[in-house]
Amino acid sequence: MKPPPFKYARPESLDEVLGILSEHGGEARVLAGGQSLIPLLNFRLARPEVLVDIALVKELRRLAVERGVLRIGAAVTQNAVERSSDVARLCPLLKKALPFVGHLQNRMRGTVVGSIAHADPAAEVPAVTLALEATMVARSARGVREIPADRFFLGPFTTALAQDEILVEVRFPSSKKTRAAVAEVAPRSGDFAIAGVAGEVVTTRAGKVRDIALAMFGVGGSPQRLHEVEARLTGERVTDDLLDQVAALTRHTAQADSEDVHADAAYRARVSGELVRRAVREMTR
Amino acid sequence: MSVNGRPIELVLDARKLLVDVLREDLGLTGTHIGCEQGSCGACTVLVDGRPVRSCIMLGVQAEGCDVTTVEGITPEDGLNPMQQAFKDHHGLQCGFCTPGFLTTLAGVTPDAYPDEESVRELLSGNLCRCTGYEGILDAVLAAWGRDR
Repeated sequence: MKPPPFKYARPESLDEVLGILSEHGGEARVLAGGQSLIPLLNFRLARPEVLVDIALVKELRRLAVERGVLRIGAAVTQNAVERSSDVARLCPLLKKALPFVGHLQNRMRGTVVGSIAHADPAAEVPAVTLALEATMVARSARGVREIPADRFFLGPFTTALAQDEILVEVRFPSSKKTRAAVAEVAPRSGDFAIAGVAGEVVTTRAGKVRDIALAMFGVGGSPQRLHEVEARLTGERVTDDLLDQVAALTRHTAQADSEDVHADAAYRARVSGELVRRAVREMTR
Repeated sequence: MSVNGRPIELVLDARKLLVDVLREDLGLTGTHIGCEQGSCGACTVLVDGRPVRSCIMLGVQAEGCDVTTVEGITPEDGLNPMQQAFKDHHGLQCGFCTPGFLTTLAGVTPDAYPDEESVRELLSGNLCRCTGYEGILDAVLAAWGRDR
């Protein structure tokens, strides 16, 4: 189908964006790459009165490293992030996860921040923000607010952003972990995942897990950090036995409540254990 | 915006998709409409040199951009090397998906796809319901001077 009618604004300054959001509240939607929003308009699942296109807002197009923190503005495309040498150096997990997001043609327009704000339960980037303990920066006419990733995702397509707020930036602290992995199951390459795991690890010289972070997506309504699994692995040498144990632990502790035409919740719980096994094995091999 | 190197000035409904602008307002019907949800790749065009899905981009978002369609990558007298390779290697049957494949391929550098697996991954953004992809893969590898 085609999008329903809406008013369209393409301001050049962030202040104008904030003014429009403040004036229209819930009736206005921010348009960045449009790779989620425009399909929703085509399906008429979204009917905003006003679209605020942020493509021309210069300050939202910044991809920068400041004091070891990677800062990605709201208009920076996934492809630009994927190709950045700073990202490869500071956030290897983010670089590893982005090729799983849609296809090349989607990543040419889709943004990292847009994927976070959209909060699709099956999306990779929100899980990466949890694993890397990223900080979301929200702006409104009322001011600026920083929200840690673990308090940002409230449910399917639901975040801590207020109606008059825009997510202007995501900040990733530089990671001391050296190896990263993403494992997911999807009907076809580039499709949304039924379930997936993103993680990173640093091991000791003796090959034991010094520190590990794991986050899961597609299994519940929001991405989940796997704290119990991380604790079980920390200080240990990764063996096949231990992988069996953490796979079982994941199956039992995962909050699997997503169900759709592709898979029921029981399958998602089951496969999450296997995905953790694969991701941890890949990272510690 | 400019389309295939020609400057274009249009007044558009904000809700009009770029693919419909190209087909209806400009008569460039080489760009096809498939799924209208950004999955199938039939509507792929180049925007500022980058392959994008014109069914999930608004026409107004292309303001100030250089848009290239399959017509724009086709020589006046015949076929470009990739088009010729598609023809030679049975890379098409009904032809509906072909413009999307060709524009995608026109927007990438072969060096970024050094092995067959990465080429397959690249092509996964375009769906073909006829060929089973083997002919398409043969065509791309041949046009890029690689053996299979």
